[in-house]
Amino acid sequence: MIQAFAFYLFAVLVIASGAFCILARNPVHSVLWLIVAFFNAAGLMVLVGAEFIAMLLVIVYVGAVAVLFLFVVMMLDIDFAELRAGFVRNFPLGIALALVLVSELVLGLGALKVGGLKLGASDGSAMTATGQSNIEAIGALLYSRYLFVFEASGMILLVAMIGAIVLTHRQRSDTRGQNISRQVARRPDEATRNERPEVGQGIQL
Amino acid sequence: MTLVDSLRLGAPEEWLSVAGLGLLMVAAWGGDKAARLIGLLAITALVVAGVLVAPSLTGHLSGSAVAAFQGQYSGDAFAAFGKLLIYLSAIVTLIIAPRFFDRSGGMRAEFPLLVLFASLGMGLMVSATDLIMLYIGLELNSLSAYVLASILRNDDRSAEAGLKYFVLGALASGILLFGMSLVYGFAGTTSFHGIHAALNGPMAMGATFGMIFMLSGLAFKISAAPFHMWTPDVYEGAPTPVTTFFATAPKVAAMALLMRVMLVAFGAEVGAWRQIIVFVSLISIVIGALGAIGQTNAEGGNIKRLMAYSSINNVGFILVGLAAATPQGASAMLVYLAIYVAMSVAGFVAVLLLRDEEGNQIEAIADLGGLSKRRPGIAAALAAVMFSLAGIPPLFGFWGKFVVFQAAVASGLLWLAALGIAASVIGAFYYLKVVKVMYFDEDVGKVTGAGDTPHFALLIASGVFISPLGYLATPWLGGLADGAAAALFHVG
Repeated sequence: MIQAFAFYLFAVLVIASGAFCILARNPVHSVLWLIVAFFNAAGLMVLVGAEFIAMLLVIVYVGAVAVLFLFVVMMLDIDFAELRAGFVRNFPLGIALALVLVSELVLGLGALKVGGLKLGASDGSAMTATGQSNIEAIGALLYSRYLFVFEASGMILLVAMIGAIVLTHRQRSDTRGQNISRQVARRPDEATRNERPEVGQGIQL
Repeated sequence: MTLVDSLRLGAPEEWLSVAGLGLLMVAAWGGDKAARLIGLLAITALVVAGVLVAPSLTGHLSGSAVAAFQGQYSGDAFAAFGKLLIYLSAIVTLIIAPRFFDRSGGMRAEFPLLVLFASLGMGLMVSATDLIMLYIGLELNSLSAYVLASILRNDDRSAEAGLKYFVLGALASGILLFGMSLVYGFAGTTSFHGIHAALNGPMAMGATFGMIFMLSGLAFKISAAPFHMWTPDVYEGAPTPVTTFFATAPKVAAMALLMRVMLVAFGAEVGAWRQIIVFVSLISIVIGALGAIGQTNAEGGNIKRLMAYSSINNVGFILVGLAAATPQGASAMLVYLAIYVAMSVAGFVAVLLLRDEEGNQIEAIADLGGLSKRRPGIAAALAAVMFSLAGIPPLFGFWGKFVVFQAAVASGLLWLAALGIAASVIGAFYYLKVVKVMYFDEDVGKVTGAGDTPHFALLIASGVFISPLGYLATPWLGGLADGAAAALFHVG
């Protein structure tokens, strides 16, 4: 009972927030609705027992991808009037794309009724799930059988980080940072001096 | 095999990782001022890794005795041969880099580190006996290479090269990954030996698709036609030491990887991929030669672009050995690769020595006019490289082509060998054109700058290897390559 309730709650929220995501006028709102959709999709994943994918959705999609979207959308200077002007011109293209998608849906549903696709036979060597949770099973494999490649993928991330820093970080010489300790250590007799210039003459600064 | 045994077999990679992390700390605290020191330390680290690898080259161990990490990694003689060539290329790159970067915006502390991490990734590539290991190694190498190509970020050409390489490389990685997922779906395993056992007899349509996608992705990495488009732009735009690196180490790694995938994983399906390899090989030879002729004729003919087309051309010849699909063919490919690395090193070091009065690099072919009068040594070296690349008999480049064609003939591909030899005549034209510009054209007086000792030492070392004296090394080189190829074909 409670599962059915949770399923319908999450499902309705996913569809609703998905609809709001494409209907919202403000792109920032769209991204926020997208995040709501991700959270509810994660809830659906938990319901079917795929808690690892649920965590991935929250951590990777909400935590990284959606925030990245948000940054991009907020940094872009979007001219809404221009966007709407393009709507009429691109309308036929949009309709054509929609038709393609609809026909694909119909084709897919029709094919599903005929029967599943035969993609080779499994050789039975894969482990059967025995009471372990997804995360335990994946973790056990990652830290035993795939230890070496797991560590090597850590090296890939390190190289990606080095690369990003090499290509974007620059020491700027034209900015003047605040040096607090120097400011604190400054004394009045170093900062000011008395001058008595002659009439008609300037002073050396 | 216990984890300790596995770790012992993977020692070169583990050492390089630890050395890279340690040098990263030096770079973090020392900054760009420590770049030369880090370069020297990185060379030392690579030499140590080479010493760790060397015993397995002649160890005659193969099969399960060298299969580490549940058969994902192989420390056999084949991997050792590839790794030694890769480390050697990386060392050459690190030796020639400081002088070049002194001119153009300073040597960055991260440069030797990225070369080190790229070598680590390539080591994984040549040792990979599992699709996952293959991909991890390939990506580690590719990511480092993208950054290396655009390391002169204020130079438009370098940035463009990096961007092009990144976009096309990411596409190729995606294609490779798609093919790998198809192959995994049909074979039910990611291990090369498992795939060999599963794909026996008539191949399913999906598995064939997967294999072709994998082949396309790997053909991009070795810059074989028709996936070669990125090569001239990247080779021209990247800083010359980086180009030297690209032309040598990743070529060896990707070619060794391709050999392992084709001869081990798809070893039972030679009929399914031989025709593709033959096609790719012939079209690479022709496109490489025609593109290079375009470079020698055009006004803005660029020597780095010429070398890029020449590498496409040479990859075509190396693939002739793969089409043979025999241990002899694999051994011939390894011999060719070793000679090709020496020719590329000699060629690019000679190009690096071409400087004008102010020390700027000279890359236009037209500016080489009269080089023989001003710098007879460099001109002679470049001429030797060109004749060797063309495969003119007294030079060592001929031996590479000879063994490859011999292997093709021995496995009944006489027509392929005949076509290859005919096509190599096209190539001889543009190599001779460069020699003609250097020796018989009017002196334009551009190349006047001085060289330095490390460059000349490298030029002499690689020059002696590609000279007729190189033939003294054939029994030794051939023996090592035979051992490596035998390890590749060992079953069990």
